[in-house]
Amino acid sequence: MPEVIVRKKATCVEEIFHEGGPASDKPLRRAAALAVIRNPFAGSYVENIESFMDDLKPLGLEMARTLVDALGGDAKAIEGYGKGAIVGSSGELEHGALWHVPGGYAMREILGGAKAIVASTKKVGAPGTRLDVPITHINASYVRSHFDAMEVGINDAPRADELLLVLVMTTGPRIHARVGGLKASEIKGEDGLR
Amino acid sequence: MKSKIRKIATFVEETQREMDREISPPTRRAAAVAVIENPCAGKYVEDLSELMAIGEELGELLTTRAVAALGISGPSAESYGKAAAVGENGELEHAAAILHPKLGTPVRRVLGKGAALIPSSKKRGGMGVVLDIPLGHKDAAFVRSHFDGMEVRLNDAPRANEIMVAIAVTDSGRPLPRVGGLTKDQIKGEDGLR
Repeated sequence: MPEVIVRKKATCVEEIFHEGGPASDKPLRRAAALAVIRNPFAGSYVENIESFMDDLKPLGLEMARTLVDALGGDAKAIEGYGKGAIVGSSGELEHGALWHVPGGYAMREILGGAKAIVASTKKVGAPGTRLDVPITHINASYVRSHFDAMEVGINDAPRADELLLVLVMTTGPRIHARVGGLKASEIKGEDGLR
Repeated sequence: MKSKIRKIATFVEETQREMDREISPPTRRAAAVAVIENPCAGKYVEDLSELMAIGEELGELLTTRAVAALGISGPSAESYGKAAAVGENGELEHAAAILHPKLGTPVRRVLGKGAALIPSSKKRGGMGVVLDIPLGHKDAAFVRSHFDGMEVRLNDAPRANEIMVAIAVTDSGRPLPRVGGLTKDQIKGEDGLR
């Protein structure tokens, strides 16, 4: 079981008051937690990588807690989430896929059993690569007002033998959401979709 | 408020390892960024006092946010810096009006001291432009271990009629400083230089 070796962590919080329309009483807050870790599989093809997902679980939980704290400390205030990974140039895309289970599991656990699949994206990239992390409602993927994304990146990461792992949470809909569709107030909450 | 703020973002970076050496305690830095309407965009305005007043207001707001993001008291901060990016309908002088006449006093009030010049950078640019905020020790500009910089960017700012204003604060210098010069324990703190 390879060790999880963290080089650097970063958090980014955005508080959005308006986007040209009327300022909301409740600003939208979005937060991203980023961790830069060593990629234990960089530089060669390794067949069996799956056990590293378990090793990543504590990091996932810590990042999910960081996000709830950054957004005010109340897990009930979280309405949207997403996750992503950037793999340094000596790794392969599949290494980024290792983050699906521990990243998603951690956020569901911290948020008390969110039902929707956690939207995700990943790519191989150089230091400074930006990642548009997709965001959807935590209990119903089809809630249209909560489809969003947050751009993240770190100028000096990921290096060739690193992975940059990301979790994102938000506190509400897009600031001027008005394109219809399923509303958060209409969620049935049975299948994670509607 | 005099400033019309569209959004505020905060960034925190914590470096735990560098070149496989543990950084203990980790070096930490934070930046707070406000995206505001540029009241002088699109025309030549001779008197920039409105922007100077906005600078004073943002000096307090952004320093408070950055210090809070680090979870430290103001006087515990070690280095600082400031920067602004003016959207394409504005003038470089607008950034100067925000940054230079009045922003520094409230920054120093929040941080308790701050004998040194606050290092700064400014530019005009489009959305997603990168701001490299220069960093220097807050009480003695010659402390070599604290010469640094922090990169920030927001994919959707500054719009043409906006200005992005950033203040960065740290609780430490570079991760593994070893190029000599004045060290922080040698600070006299009288002239802001040594």
